[in-house]
Amino acid sequence: MGIELKHLLDVDTLSKEDIFFILDTAESFKEITSRDIKKVPTLRGKTVINLFFESSTRTRTSFEIAGKRLSADTINISATSSSVTKGETLLDTLRNLEAMNPDVIVLRHPASGAAHFLAKHAACAVINAGDGQHAHPTQALLDLMTIRERRKGGPAGLKLTIAGDITRSRVARSNIKLLNKVGIDVSVCAPASMIPAGIETMKVRVFHNMKDALSGADIVMMLRIQKERAGKSLFPTLREYSRYFSLNKETIKYAKKDVIVMHPGPMNRGVEISSQIADGELSVILPQVANGLALRMALLYLLAGGAKQ
Amino acid sequence: MKETVILDAKSIQRVISRMAHEILEYNKGVDELVLIGITQGANILCERLHDSIKKIEGVSLPTGIIDVTLYRDDINSGNSQKTVHKTDIDFSLEGRNVILIDDVLFTGRTIRAAMDAIMDFGRPRTIQLAVLIDRGHRELPIRADYVGRNLPTARDEKVVLDMRDTSDDKVMIISEIKSKGK
Amino acid sequence: MSLIIRGAHVVSPKEKIDKPLELHIRSGRIAGLYDKGKAPAKIDPDAKVIDAGGLVLTPGLIDMHVHLREPGFEYKETIATGTKAAASGGFTSVACMANTFPVNDSASVTRYITGKAEKEACVNVFPVGAMTMGLKGERLCEYGDMRDAGCVAVSDDGRPVMDAAMMRRVMEYAKTFDLLCISHCEDEALAHGGQMNEGAKSTVLGLTGIPCAAEEVMVARDVLLAELTKCRLHIAHVSTKGALRIIKNAKKRGVNVTCETAPHYFMLTDDDITDYNTNYKVNPPLRSKEDKKAVIAGIKDGTIDVIASDHAPHHDDEKRAPFMYAAFGISGIQTVLPLTLSLVQSGVISMSDLVMKLSCQPAGILGLAGKGVIKVGACADLTLIDTKKAFTLQTGDIVSKGKNSPFIGRELKGCAQAVFVSGKRISI
Repeated sequence: MGIELKHLLDVDTLSKEDIFFILDTAESFKEITSRDIKKVPTLRGKTVINLFFESSTRTRTSFEIAGKRLSADTINISATSSSVTKGETLLDTLRNLEAMNPDVIVLRHPASGAAHFLAKHAACAVINAGDGQHAHPTQALLDLMTIRERRKGGPAGLKLTIAGDITRSRVARSNIKLLNKVGIDVSVCAPASMIPAGIETMKVRVFHNMKDALSGADIVMMLRIQKERAGKSLFPTLREYSRYFSLNKETIKYAKKDVIVMHPGPMNRGVEISSQIADGELSVILPQVANGLALRMALLYLLAGGAKQ
Repeated sequence: MKETVILDAKSIQRVISRMAHEILEYNKGVDELVLIGITQGANILCERLHDSIKKIEGVSLPTGIIDVTLYRDDINSGNSQKTVHKTDIDFSLEGRNVILIDDVLFTGRTIRAAMDAIMDFGRPRTIQLAVLIDRGHRELPIRADYVGRNLPTARDEKVVLDMRDTSDDKVMIISEIKSKGK
Repeated sequence: MSLIIRGAHVVSPKEKIDKPLELHIRSGRIAGLYDKGKAPAKIDPDAKVIDAGGLVLTPGLIDMHVHLREPGFEYKETIATGTKAAASGGFTSVACMANTFPVNDSASVTRYITGKAEKEACVNVFPVGAMTMGLKGERLCEYGDMRDAGCVAVSDDGRPVMDAAMMRRVMEYAKTFDLLCISHCEDEALAHGGQMNEGAKSTVLGLTGIPCAAEEVMVARDVLLAELTKCRLHIAHVSTKGALRIIKNAKKRGVNVTCETAPHYFMLTDDDITDYNTNYKVNPPLRSKEDKKAVIAGIKDGTIDVIASDHAPHHDDEKRAPFMYAAFGISGIQTVLPLTLSLVQSGVISMSDLVMKLSCQPAGILGLAGKGVIKVGACADLTLIDTKKAFTLQTGDIVSKGKNSPFIGRELKGCAQAVFVSGKRISI
């Protein structure tokens, strides 16, 4: 059993077998983090470039530590310190970085399809760490890893609800695609101004109230609400959003008793999720982060190892 | 393809029992002794040695499993990566006498990787190597402390352990029969 | 110098010609049209005879919506290269849009274009002037001056006039000088940030969608304003079912409105956008299957008067970028004829309908006297079409500087074999 991966751009091309293979590999990597010496020599002499055109703490740190624990040389380039600000095109940035012969580029970019674009022109492996509103495959994989750890019976048949700004969420898109592949029944919940056109063709059910959306849910995934959008076009005030669409001790009652509470972070406490729930015993928000590290180690191992073609 | 059975179930049992005695004799008992098997080939062998020692001394030794994939020196050859399995060592190795267990000793490269991996878990007092079969063809200066059976082989032959079921255990040599024409 | 085109099947719907005729050209004008064997025995001994057996001869095709990019964006296209591409596509005349740099919002820019065209263009170039200064939608341009310098219509193409009151003044003022108003219908607020058609596909790709309504609300507004002002209105690049419904209804009520579509709207849909191929990024965006069906129906039932390329050549660098940053537009002037011929081949329209939409109607709508016809005394602008020649479009075949075509690699059937501008054969 193995997997042939050149890049990880989205979850579309992954088969169910590929998905479980990646997750199994990631589980084997979890143990390394608990050692005294949290490092293995696997990617010694390999170079991983974290090319981040958007601010990110969690994902960038996760990839950076993942690379370092595998002994790869990990370099971070962030938009503010890079030549993007000087108007260099993405292609020129890529060509300059490639002249230094990296093995993996981890890309975070505000344009949907940026990772596909980079992969089309790159000789090294490309991992999409979030492109515009399109995809965030490592987030979806770590979410599934977390779900699988907590539901030993397997993911098939579980009911999951994603609540938040679905239109602008790459996390929602990648999760909808990935979780559907393994048989999870996905619903989304948001004001209609945050539900993208034709979402039902992605095999999800759409709700505009938490009661119906959470009814019978095994898992609820809350998305960060961008506060700066309040009062413009999507919703009038954080107060009203929170009143109708937040996960709190009242709304969580609509879901199953042992519902798993997830959030890809960063959270707005008191807006989309109450602190009581975020810090409560049903929350797996921190295990998500821990799994993210193991998952990214596994992906770096699978993509950076092997002979160069 | 030609299969030759080298050890049957009975002989394997005897060999393991002798190795257990040797380990105890050399270490003068079970103090500070731990067993670590290299996954996945030595998982069962490790269990058997553990059970055999328990039978003799009445002590259950701490037993761990180590995966050496991430320490291999051939990580950059081949197109797809070897599957990584779980490493499970839930005790300290500091100052311990580690019996490192593998099924077949061949080039010595796996053992080199395993020793590096063990060192990342702490500083054992000694590492001793126990293998069921030593088939020769070493590429590194490594030798085993406890050997079940020395087995001269040709390089292209395969040594296969089938230890799924105690009563039907066997060790085989599989060699390609060079076809003459046809 | 005279020319004889012999053996062609002539299709010229204005004169109801649809039969084999021999055509004689003298001094750039059509000198005679003769049935087979009826041509005078005594002819000019110097006349060059072109054997056009098996080919179709039509009035010179007219593309009423192209971007020649000059002045200002010569790295994308020039009047010389753009008209060469037009000739290769079978066109003898083009109307070029005003979004150049500087914008064609004054007679001096218009004269620059016509002057340059006189020297360098191989087909007729008819400039379209801007509706408002700098295409900003704020101040009227000097339509009278611009008309006298050669503008045949006004348009802020590429940008809508967002303010309805301003648009009303544009129409009234254009009417004063009997200029056609060509409207780019797009509500900027509704389309804001959009990259492609809004729908399931844009959701999957994570690209911001442009709803059909962004086009339709403006079509409705402009139709109402045309009714109010009695101005001649032409809706550019219609792409949606809803827009066609509004236009059809307006025509029925007698509003003076015409419209055009471009081949990509009857050939492609948003579903064809795969792997973020930026050659499919165009404005208005490629729409749904339903819309494509409606566009084909509109071509068939006559709601759509004209097929134009909306030829929008770009430099490779402007398309070689993530979809979000890539420029909008298709370099399409060379593929209009083969793609429209595919509608003839599939029986949607007749050859004579094709000539109407690619020559007669554009001539009529733009008021180009003597164009779109084949009759004795008329200017000899002619297109000779090989309807049977099959080929696969390669990047290298594209004559325009802009190679941004989604039809590269596609099997096409039919193309221009020769074009004649004022009797002069243009090498293609």
